[in-house]
Amino acid sequence: MDSQTKIEIRDLNVFAGKTQILRNINIDIPKNKITVILGPSGCGKTTLLKCLNRLTDLYPELKVSGQIMIDGSNILVAKEDIYKLRQQMGLLSQRPYPLPMTIYNNIAYALKLRGIKNRRETHKLVMHYLQQANLWEEIRTRLREPASRLSIGQQQRLCLARGLAVNPEIILADEPTSALDPISSQFIEETFLKLKNDYTIVLVTHVLRQAKRIADNVVFMYLGDVIEQGSVEEVFGNPKMEKTKLYLGGTFN
Amino acid sequence: MTRGQKIEEKVFKSLMIFATYFILAILAIIIYSIFEKGIKSVSWEMLTQIPKGGYYYGKGGGILNAILGSLALATGASVLAFVIGLPVALYLNVFLIRHKKVIDVIRFLLDLVWGIPSIVYGAFGFSLMIFFGLQTSLLAGILTVTLFILPIMIRSMDEILRTVPVGLQEAAYSLGSNKSEIAFKIFTRQSFSGIITAVLLSFGRGIGDAAAVLFTAGYTDHLPNGLLEPVATLPLSIFFQLSSPVPEVQNRAYASALVLTLIILIVSLFSRGLGKRYHKTKINF
Repeated sequence: MDSQTKIEIRDLNVFAGKTQILRNINIDIPKNKITVILGPSGCGKTTLLKCLNRLTDLYPELKVSGQIMIDGSNILVAKEDIYKLRQQMGLLSQRPYPLPMTIYNNIAYALKLRGIKNRRETHKLVMHYLQQANLWEEIRTRLREPASRLSIGQQQRLCLARGLAVNPEIILADEPTSALDPISSQFIEETFLKLKNDYTIVLVTHVLRQAKRIADNVVFMYLGDVIEQGSVEEVFGNPKMEKTKLYLGGTFN
Repeated sequence: MTRGQKIEEKVFKSLMIFATYFILAILAIIIYSIFEKGIKSVSWEMLTQIPKGGYYYGKGGGILNAILGSLALATGASVLAFVIGLPVALYLNVFLIRHKKVIDVIRFLLDLVWGIPSIVYGAFGFSLMIFFGLQTSLLAGILTVTLFILPIMIRSMDEILRTVPVGLQEAAYSLGSNKSEIAFKIFTRQSFSGIITAVLLSFGRGIGDAAAVLFTAGYTDHLPNGLLEPVATLPLSIFFQLSSPVPEVQNRAYASALVLTLIILIVSLFSRGLGKRYHKTKINF
């Protein structure tokens, strides 16, 4: 791999009771690239993503073992400051969950968690992040409205802006366009391509074309295993494993 | 369908229809008789004056003492139960999230105490009063009714808080929120109107109960004047007026019942309205 590795996943195993959801996962995620995790539903993509910012802590039935090294330190160690850790990552989920407050406060809340309370600075940064998420022009006159009144596509971009506002280094996105119309999806994809200069992006998807359009690296997963990983040219152009070929050929999905 | 099945279906269907309309008819009769008997005695005087000649024999004056007493008592108890109950409901849903068994046990216990009859709370409140050397008073009544409505308050808020989507919690956690922020900024806001509904529901239960206040709040012909003085309540005013030998006073009991019913009706309509709004918009803050 030519560039620096941001996240190293080593021997990651996740059990839910007796069912194993992830099996000996080893993945290197390079810095400032878009790494796409690809695979059919139920293969453990979302669980993998939740391990990265330890949202798995919210589910007592999940037992996580192994190592996830971010910039060289293992985040699965219990004593890590979990709240700081999560601020290193912005999360974009399958469907948008705006916080129950105004559009403006959705961003201001994230800024406050980051320690920014000064009003003028807050104003400036709210505008900055809404612009970055390609939303500012549409909603600049509606900032005091409840965020729930936005359309789904706008809500998703608001969530992206909110995720960026905690000043993360990594963006985790879990099928962020699956609930969106084509135009909003395109907005999100374009934004990702712009953002990858400054952020490491991990995108979970089952849309092959989306992966082809924006991925630098691809990790193909199937039923809790990593089947194949590599650059987008390698995995799509010359898949080595039988299962990958079948999936890319559309035989199972 | 065989013939047997057809008959079975018919029998059960008519049974259900009968039961439904039977119970509706009974409710209608209750409300009608309260209105019919009460409306004659409801007057401006009844609503704005205190009893003349005693609540037992007096035909004059009104039940303002009981109206204000009930409102003060139920409001005090609802506020107190809210202050205690909201943290409990939040604790269950935010802080205990990794301990599902503990949550189950607490919910089970709350459901158990929900089922305890209010007279038992009354007796318990009475024994507490003796222990603390407290007289029958508004304060003792508030404390007892608080205990009585707490399980109702906590469990209704709990059920509302449980509906906060996991995705929203994950979104808030992923921003780096800690648990108290999740509790007070996310859960309470997301469930705001549902929480108010829970408070109003508990208020309705508290204001309508006679047994919990019988030994603890006492009764008086005077308007409520202080936490440590006895206070009249509508359920007890119904009870005392109805047990009077004087027919006019008995009729006044139905007027009191009508007033109490109307208060509860208004509160229910209010909370239903809020509930509808809650389901329509989910949030909006």
